[in-house]
Amino acid sequence: MRDLPPEPPSSEITPESVYLNRREFMKNGALTLGTAAVVGGSLTWLVSKSPPPDTVETPPLAGVLPQTEVPVLSESGAAAVSGAYDTDEALTSERDVVTYNNFYEYGVEKGDPARNAHTLQTRPWTISVEGEVAKPQTIDIDTLLTWFPLEQRIYRMRCVEAWSMVIPWLGFPLGDLIRRLEPTGNAKFIEFTTLLNSEQMPGQRFPILKWPYIEGLRLDEAMHPLTLIAIGVYGNALPNQMGAPLRLVVPWKYGFKGVKSIVKIRFTETQPDNTWAVAAPREYGFYANVNPEVSHPRWSQATERRIGEFQRRSTLPFNGYADQVAGLYSDMDIRKNF
Amino acid sequence: MIAAAATTPGGTRRRGEPRPWLKPGIFLGGLAPLAQLALRAGQGELGANPIAQIENELGLTALVFLIASLVCTPARRLFGWTWTVPIRRELGLFAFFYAALHFACYMVLDQFFDWGAIVADIAQRPFITVGMAALVLMVPLAITSTTGWVRRLGFRRWSRIHQLVYLAGGLAVLHFVWRVKIDLSQPLTYAGILALLLVIRAVFWFRRPRGAQR
Repeated sequence: MRDLPPEPPSSEITPESVYLNRREFMKNGALTLGTAAVVGGSLTWLVSKSPPPDTVETPPLAGVLPQTEVPVLSESGAAAVSGAYDTDEALTSERDVVTYNNFYEYGVEKGDPARNAHTLQTRPWTISVEGEVAKPQTIDIDTLLTWFPLEQRIYRMRCVEAWSMVIPWLGFPLGDLIRRLEPTGNAKFIEFTTLLNSEQMPGQRFPILKWPYIEGLRLDEAMHPLTLIAIGVYGNALPNQMGAPLRLVVPWKYGFKGVKSIVKIRFTETQPDNTWAVAAPREYGFYANVNPEVSHPRWSQATERRIGEFQRRSTLPFNGYADQVAGLYSDMDIRKNF
Repeated sequence: MIAAAATTPGGTRRRGEPRPWLKPGIFLGGLAPLAQLALRAGQGELGANPIAQIENELGLTALVFLIASLVCTPARRLFGWTWTVPIRRELGLFAFFYAALHFACYMVLDQFFDWGAIVADIAQRPFITVGMAALVLMVPLAITSTTGWVRRLGFRRWSRIHQLVYLAGGLAVLHFVWRVKIDLSQPLTYAGILALLLVIRAVFWFRRPRGAQR
């Protein structure tokens, strides 16, 4: 028999009760941690959203429009040359601008469009021009992009949910496009329609809103120099989640007027049935002018959260563009026509 | 439950606490939502509107705990699960804890002590009115959650008062339904669960033995 190590003295034998209690302790400890994991895991799964995507992939504009002189943004994000319509307020970070979006065609959470909009095919893309117009036609997007010089516009954007951003858009005035399209004398309104394609836009499989998304403007609002067709943001082409390849921007109105991924423009005599007004007519109207004195039925519009800031801000009439646009509504009750 | 110490391979059973790991486990797990919010806040992973994100997650956590606390008694009656009974208080207190944090987030981070705006909100925005009512209702429930209070009030009176938790749950669900913009799927799911729990409770109330102690 080999030499065994010497046995420990019997005084060192662990008392049986302590030994069994230690096993009990370890068993209880393991069950506690297991329970904590199950409870904590279930709660996290039920409650917390997955974080927004890390990468900010905005397609470079050069790929979209080779000849474009893209306006330079300085280090602080301000435009190198400030246009007459630009605000000098601090830009909202590009990451926030491209990952915090309402685009229910891709899901109703703010991070959903950035996660899911990769299925949108922005080429080939045509825009059909119909209705009260001299020459109904179908325009290819790449042709449209050669018609007008691009401008940068740094605008405030105020969502009806009471948050806001400052966004450096790239585009051309809608008025220039309208003049070129020659609407007839019967045209009082312009209506825009978003792509209807539930394969490319999976959110359209759910009747959250009536698809396709429709928005519109009175013709004088559409012709106003502030109204923009945006094809880019932050010096790059629009990312899909912001309504690529082209969208509407109307800075003195709530953001839901900014119809995205436009495939049809129709000039009409009658006021368009814009999608949010159809979905909840007591809460959303056609005009949707930013107005701190007219609250949403369920929340106040008096203040807003500027994304990136801690303190809430007072909301300004017409989102601060009152000087430029209030005249459009001088003979209209903007409380009734909200 | 035999209280005597039985020496088994599993160890010595102590009297009184058949599952001593259950409440501490729920306590640790119940803090997970708060911990992961703090972690994501520190990493800047709360999205572009972190205040709204925190506020919404705290509120939803409170609702989940409230509903969980309401599942305990039906689960015992339907499946005979006795382990749900001692955890009911802990779940309810977690609901109150997260509801209070949700309101604190609104008061401090969202409105930053703008008392005028807060009072106006509570008075004029129905979804905030009912949310506030739900929270206020939970205060006496939290205070009287101890066994000392059960003794002080007597079990019958204590039970009657604590039936208010169903009202608090209904108001909380209404707060959620009225808050969302247009997609009612999540709040209506919780409304459905609450309604089911109420129906189960009603069924047992109607089928209670007549003439017996209630």
